[in-house]
Amino acid sequence: MDEIQKTLLEQVAGLHDVPAGAYNIRANGESVARNTSANIDIVTKQDKQGIDIVIKPGTKKESVHIPVVLSQSGLTEMVYNDFYIGDDCDVVIIAGCGIHNSGDLDSKHDGVHSFFIGKNSHVKYVEKHYGSGDGNGQRIMNPETVVNLGENSFMEMETVQIKGVDSTKRTTSATLDAGAKLIITERLMTHGSQTAESSFQVDLNGEGSSANLISRAVAKENSRQLFLAKINGNNRCAGHSECDAIIMDNAKISAIPEITANHLDAALIHEAAIGKIAGEQIIKLMTLGLTEAEAEEQIVNGFLK
Amino acid sequence: MLELKNLSFQVKEQGPAPKEIIKDISLTLGDNTFTAITGPNGGGKSTLAKLIMGIEKPTGGQILWNGQDITELDITGRARLGISFAFQQPVRFKGIKVRDLITLAAGEKLSTAAACEYLSKVGLCARDYINREVDASLSGGELKRIEIASIIARNTPLSVFDEPEAGIDLWSFSNLIKVFEELHDKRENSLVIISHQERILNIADEIVVIADGAVKAKGKREDILPELLNGTGGCKFYQ
Repeated sequence: MDEIQKTLLEQVAGLHDVPAGAYNIRANGESVARNTSANIDIVTKQDKQGIDIVIKPGTKKESVHIPVVLSQSGLTEMVYNDFYIGDDCDVVIIAGCGIHNSGDLDSKHDGVHSFFIGKNSHVKYVEKHYGSGDGNGQRIMNPETVVNLGENSFMEMETVQIKGVDSTKRTTSATLDAGAKLIITERLMTHGSQTAESSFQVDLNGEGSSANLISRAVAKENSRQLFLAKINGNNRCAGHSECDAIIMDNAKISAIPEITANHLDAALIHEAAIGKIAGEQIIKLMTLGLTEAEAEEQIVNGFLK
Repeated sequence: MLELKNLSFQVKEQGPAPKEIIKDISLTLGDNTFTAITGPNGGGKSTLAKLIMGIEKPTGGQILWNGQDITELDITGRARLGISFAFQQPVRFKGIKVRDLITLAAGEKLSTAAACEYLSKVGLCARDYINREVDASLSGGELKRIEIASIIARNTPLSVFDEPEAGIDLWSFSNLIKVFEELHDKRENSLVIISHQERILNIADEIVVIADGAVKAKGKREDILPELLNGTGGCKFYQ
């Protein structure tokens, strides 16, 4: 890998070198490094681009890194990664995509990540997106995540897209069996003339299942964001969605939460708040010696942390 | 030394005449003194405190800090010259932790132990608070104590506290008095505390009574306080 790719890798996966445990690193459309472990297998798909990640039942305290980096301007790819996670696992999966585009052609990475999680498993899934490069070509990412959570399993999903992605359309859907729990935390910042759309659909099918969607978003300059969160309560369950957004400059944000109770004991809540930074917050930080610009930066960084 | 010279502050209201909140106030606050500002609600005390910090701009008069005219200086500029301000209703932030706020206030990287020390001073068990967000999960009293800890961490030549007792329970109040006594005993910095509380007035060097936007009385505590206490319900300063 070259220096640009290494920088991207550090941004999206926090990696300076090859990670410990299982990994698959994809650069400019090809798998460039892979490692499997006794419990985690990674297999290249034969019928289309992508990999299958198969985690044996009972695998505990192991991690899988599957970062993607693109530094070749004009490269467009569509990748399918499927995760088969057995019963009684406790694993961390770190994905992410970094695009460096210094050319005039658009670079685009579309990915579908499907999770098939067994019973009583705990999965932490972290996905970070980052763009760099000063070319006129756009940096585009459209990630789709499909989650099937088995009985009493628990998934924590953290997604972060803070910088440099010109256009993104994120789609996340999840179905939960009895006792399953899903927590999604999304951090999104757009600037310039970027556009971002993030939509969620969660079906709480099992008795005692629960979901919590937390989105924190900042839109600066002329950027646009759309947040859609749909939760269907199809059993005795608890669902909560929260979109908290800061708008600055000429940005625009729409938040459309939707909750549907198809069962008498479905308890569903949605919250959405959009507004500029409160003036008193800026004043408070200025009384500590920060300039107005520094205060804004501090507030935004804290909000997205 | 802080000098207020013929300070006035008016706000435009419906009707022909603007409303005068502060009327031609002149005051000098000496170095290393503890001045309590008291007086009836709506008399202009908080506005005066905001004028000192630069949160409001006066419509007339001058503010001098150690001889320098800071009337036109913004909040940041005054903060950097060494003026601190504790809000009557502290501000909440989503995502900013107590540790972050104390660190920003101190203006330098703090060890966990150092940050905790400031919290302990205001009676908070530091370990429980240091990594909490300064958001709606904190009670009014907790926020208030964190606000005061941040002012202690700044350690500036002048600290203005706007009704530090507001929203604080009785137990915390006793500790608060101790905090102010300790700050004052060091005699390193000046304190200006806006308060209605006798126990705070009781440890001040000077007391200024402000009512209806003007100074009704000022002087040494021993001269002013008896008058204030004798006249409860019919105090001449409050009339």
